[in-house]
Amino acid sequence: MRRNQVAVVGAAETTELGVIPNMSQIRLHADAALNAIADAGLKLSDIDGFATAVETPQQMCHYLGITPTWVDGTSVGGCSFMLHVRHAAAAIEAGLCKTVLITHAESGKSMIGKLPRSIPADSLQGQFEAPFGVYGPPSMFPIPVLRYMKTYGITHEQLAMVAVVQREWAAKNPRAMMKDPITVDDVLNSRMIAYPFRLLQCCLVTDGGGALILTSADRAKDFPRKPVYVLGTGESVETPMVSQMETFTSSRAFKVAGPLAFKEAGITHADVDHLMIYDAFAHLPLFGLGDLGFMPHEETGPFIAAGHTRPGGKLPLNTNGGGLSYMHSGMYGMYALQESVRQMRGIAPAQVPNAKISVCHGVGGMFAASGTIIFTNER
Amino acid sequence: MAEPMRARPKPTPETQHFWDGTKAGELRLQRCDACAHVYFPPRPFCPSCASRKVSIFKASGRGTLYSYVINHRPAAPGFTPPYAIAVVALEEGPRMMSNITGCPQTPEALELDMPLEVTFEPLDEQITLPVFRPAKG
Repeated sequence: MRRNQVAVVGAAETTELGVIPNMSQIRLHADAALNAIADAGLKLSDIDGFATAVETPQQMCHYLGITPTWVDGTSVGGCSFMLHVRHAAAAIEAGLCKTVLITHAESGKSMIGKLPRSIPADSLQGQFEAPFGVYGPPSMFPIPVLRYMKTYGITHEQLAMVAVVQREWAAKNPRAMMKDPITVDDVLNSRMIAYPFRLLQCCLVTDGGGALILTSADRAKDFPRKPVYVLGTGESVETPMVSQMETFTSSRAFKVAGPLAFKEAGITHADVDHLMIYDAFAHLPLFGLGDLGFMPHEETGPFIAAGHTRPGGKLPLNTNGGGLSYMHSGMYGMYALQESVRQMRGIAPAQVPNAKISVCHGVGGMFAASGTIIFTNER
Repeated sequence: MAEPMRARPKPTPETQHFWDGTKAGELRLQRCDACAHVYFPPRPFCPSCASRKVSIFKASGRGTLYSYVINHRPAAPGFTPPYAIAVVALEEGPRMMSNITGCPQTPEALELDMPLEVTFEPLDEQITLPVFRPAKG
């Protein structure tokens, strides 16, 4: 895909984030969509392309009153929205549509109108994982961690520092769910969830949503907000079964998606001013830093522990506080994209001064899928 | 006998041989006749070279502990926390999820790369699960 041909011209989260017991899941989608439409200065009738995950495009287009000529229902977990951005950029370039709306919302905490997630007993997961006591993401996503730690010499304290540093960023974000400072001891003394991970190394469970609007870069200059250009993109999938990953010392999906995006963007790691790595659990930023090629995996834990990703550090990472402290409705990728867009617009609560390039890396399922989007505010 | 509430696998035509095997006290894997690749979970073709000529064979049942979590909460129905959810690296190459029996469910007792051997735990009349215990000797 060509660089900087498509731009984000509308971006917004739901009016509220956190616990929203008075809104169903589809209404949260609509709330985010209407906020993004207002942000872009558009009407819903201007939208001719639509993408969403979990909820179907037909559900949301009907609810919103949109008649699209292009839809994408790619639903590969929390990074689905990174894939939607990539697909939307290709569709706009190909002339299939002009103005794409991407929505995410989840009543993750209040469970109002939330679609059930179940594993059929005759699926491969139902036969070869579920009988051994996996029960939700906390029992599955951290399964590779001990192997990763042993292979690379990563310590429990370094993995605790991920949560500590992200809380420092969250403290600068008024909309973050958890803002009180925490220490490594707080993390290592918090309630055990699934050894080696404790409560403060697991993502929040909240309600909320977000929406993005994309159009061609040529049209983008006529919109009220500063355009945020799509500089590079990548995607891949590996397996829905965490036990069947090629290795626990790396994510194959990360290693495909990340470098694809860097190659397409034509940038090096030294060009990156701001980085988001989807952090459903504390090990994901380490996998991301290694697999995206920022440093060898051995150096990821020490890098974070040394403070290089904290406010004022040389590689600002997860500047909204991440899934660990900002919010996590279940499919966090949309909130990572929102923060990258805010940083590129220069309006983030914890703004990185003069940031020009933002890398936004997502995971879906338990290392099942991955999407990487690289944004820039310069064309 | 495992507790009755535990998630019960439902075999498909492509996986029936595996569950017939565990019921008979065998851990069955598949090997490609064309390229010799050994793979899991079951499927009627080779995921490495796409050949449909594949054979079922009895695995040694030996492996090592590749990684695990010790789950505290939320616990799956039929499980009493804390319990380890492990991934075992089989001698023949593939890895599979399982539980570790005959050993405390603690980080001290569960050492990565420790040798394991398969044992079989009947869930009901039809289904027997493969679980692993520390290898003897």
